[in-house]
Amino acid sequence: MAEREVSVLIGGKAGDGISSAGQIIAHLLAQTGYRVHMYFDYPSLIKGGHNFAIIRAAEEGIGAVREQVDFILALNQETVNLHRHRLRERGVVIYDASTVKLAEGIGIPVKNILAAEEAPPVMGNSAIIGGFVRAAGLNWDASSGVLKKSMPKGTEKNLRVARRAYEASEERQQVPGTGKPVLPVLTGNEAISVGLVEADLEIYLSYPMSPTSNILHFLAGYADELRIRVIQPESEIAVILTALGCSYAGSRAVIGTSGGGFCLMTEALSLAGIAELPILVILGQRTGPSTGLATYSAQSDLHFALHAGQGEFPRLIIAPGDAGEARYWSRTGLDLAWKYQIPAIILSDRLICEGLYSVEPETGIRYAAGPVMADPAIHPYLRYAPADYGISPLRFPPAKGEIVRVNSHVHDTDGITTEDPLVTKEMADKRMKKMDRLALEIEGINSINTGGVTDAVIALLCWGSSKGVCEELGKKKGLRVIQPVVLWPFAEKAFAHAMDGVEQFYAVETNESGQLATLVSRFGYRPSGKILKYDGRPFMVEELEAELKKVIS
Amino acid sequence: MTGDELISAAKNTWCPGCGNFAIQHALKDVLISMENEGFPLENIVIVTGIGQHGKIFDFMNLNGFYSLHGRTIPVATGIRLANPDLKVICLTGDGDSYAEGLDHLIFGAKRNLDVTVLVHDNRVYGLTTGQYTPTSPYGYRGRSTPGGVKEYPFNPLELMLSSGASFIARGYTHKRDQLKRLIREALVHKGFSFIDILQICATYNDMSRYYDARIFDWDETEAGDYNTAYGKAREWDYNNDARIGLGVMYRHTAPLFEDNYPVPERLSSAQKLAWVRKIMDERA
Repeated sequence: MAEREVSVLIGGKAGDGISSAGQIIAHLLAQTGYRVHMYFDYPSLIKGGHNFAIIRAAEEGIGAVREQVDFILALNQETVNLHRHRLRERGVVIYDASTVKLAEGIGIPVKNILAAEEAPPVMGNSAIIGGFVRAAGLNWDASSGVLKKSMPKGTEKNLRVARRAYEASEERQQVPGTGKPVLPVLTGNEAISVGLVEADLEIYLSYPMSPTSNILHFLAGYADELRIRVIQPESEIAVILTALGCSYAGSRAVIGTSGGGFCLMTEALSLAGIAELPILVILGQRTGPSTGLATYSAQSDLHFALHAGQGEFPRLIIAPGDAGEARYWSRTGLDLAWKYQIPAIILSDRLICEGLYSVEPETGIRYAAGPVMADPAIHPYLRYAPADYGISPLRFPPAKGEIVRVNSHVHDTDGITTEDPLVTKEMADKRMKKMDRLALEIEGINSINTGGVTDAVIALLCWGSSKGVCEELGKKKGLRVIQPVVLWPFAEKAFAHAMDGVEQFYAVETNESGQLATLVSRFGYRPSGKILKYDGRPFMVEELEAELKKVIS
Repeated sequence: MTGDELISAAKNTWCPGCGNFAIQHALKDVLISMENEGFPLENIVIVTGIGQHGKIFDFMNLNGFYSLHGRTIPVATGIRLANPDLKVICLTGDGDSYAEGLDHLIFGAKRNLDVTVLVHDNRVYGLTTGQYTPTSPYGYRGRSTPGGVKEYPFNPLELMLSSGASFIARGYTHKRDQLKRLIREALVHKGFSFIDILQICATYNDMSRYYDARIFDWDETEAGDYNTAYGKAREWDYNNDARIGLGVMYRHTAPLFEDNYPVPERLSSAQKLAWVRKIMDERA
């Protein structure tokens, strides 16, 4: 890990705006050239209950937070009580002196400041942030620029509140700039949205559900500007079937949900499989089973995604490991779904969806080309005509003089229902040919990331949000890190290459059984051990480090 | 296209005397007449559910989407969003739209989606061989209810009226000319047009005599009046032995769902790139 880093915890009760305050702190640190990551922890409540965010900034890209922090920003006493133990030796507590009675550190007279500015209680955040800016020795002018940008409403009053708190505070631990270029900071959900827009998203459909609701909100906010349609149907069943109607008629629709909603979608996922309708599902995992922990994370739906839907049909499953990957793979996933006319799933999780990451603003050229379209001169048009790699060229209705049929039953080349055994087998083979071709294609597109110390003989196997913590500790501990991003079809050759020379490997996952470990065991790879966490929370850096010490000498 | 050309070469597997034939041919006749008046049939898409009614997908030479049980209306919604030039006809059954997919029917009406829904209401599950449906009369003896069903049917017309459907009619497979007129008017109507078609099931629920003895034609001159429509809907509740009115029960004009989501002109790649850069700048 880079030498210079800083961690900040801000806490209060639900409704205090902890998430937005955390984002502002992340931006303040990003502004001085840090790479940042934020973990936001909140119960499924609107008001009351304890919320906190940990913002970590380092010189190099990170995707994990630490147990220990340098600053605690406390909007209430509970925050101090719950998190005081996390404070490093020279750490500082900055607290609201009007509500927190038992604390040592810098007390900000929030109530007085708000009264002096005739500001509403919600601006208490600005006071705490102003206090932090001074305590961390951040430049006021640069910081007030971030505050202005982050608070489009009541900007001047917020700034005055922050300035008063800044003056009431004192510098304790200077956080020096890194001199590196400033990178944008996005949530995973925002990064996914950007990737979808880049891949020509036309219609986004979703029934609200954590942790993907913010994609719905973000895209709805930009719908007019982007000239896309964003729609909230009556159920997840309606969401996916409406999207399949869009696909049939030629519009790129994408849908978002979590495990519970995805359960309702599975019958139509299978329909997409047999009818060969392209569809991209953003599946943000959260802690299950059932309603589980609605606002916490897990990586426990991999096997569900692999097997969802009756029957056998080709599918693409991609699990990005941070916001940058989420953007790239959402874009690529949508293109591949259309190229192969299959259902594709972006298997994200709550930590990526709602976590903040520094991302590279440019991510290079778009990977895949548009769908294979039929030559309008060929008559009659047959929707399921035999074709190279099983990919029948598309036409969308209305097609003059032609009929475009898609069918949930086994069907012939024209889409007419059949029960003929030969046609049944031929059509099954045709669909699976697409899978074979896709499997070949994904071998060549960075489907398996290798990081850490890439020639080490001990490796960590991870996926999705576990990437960040593994990558960091891999570098620190001299371990190879293998992160399959495309999980299905499984890039066997690329995986074998990544594993070349590995003598032992450990699976690091936030689920109870080691779902990726089970998947790779199908290809003959058995881990020496599994480090699993399934309490809804992420692996903290110190936590995984301690676990690794137990298994790796 | 001639009427014969509109019927596909697929082998027909409905029972002899099935009410589905009447619906199929009424639809065919209406579409042919529309084509003769200049409406291009490639702009028609039929969306079918699963049930005996759904086989009509295979029997017609029309664009089609053979969907899942109960799921015609969301598919139709997607097609209309993608291309509002397409005229979408949902062909669905009573099990399909009144049981499995009832939520979509209500929401289609609530939104006044501009599609036509023809419910092949034979009041029995045919494909799964004779179980009761939401419109089967109390006491119906099916294979799952040998002692007679102990639930009362609900009244789809009343339900559609209270849900916001802007065109509501009831037809009957023995009254072909009237059925043709109703389908035509439903297709011409701008908004959610719904026809509950009393369809006899020759094998499991042949109610021909029952219907023949009770049907009469509604006076349609007051079809724009909600309260009159409500009275008509309530007269026969699908269980009592009251007279059974046929024709257009309700018709009014309301804003369309699609009008809220017009197909926009897409951004150019350069405009998209500019948006992405703007977001990145805002977040930096």
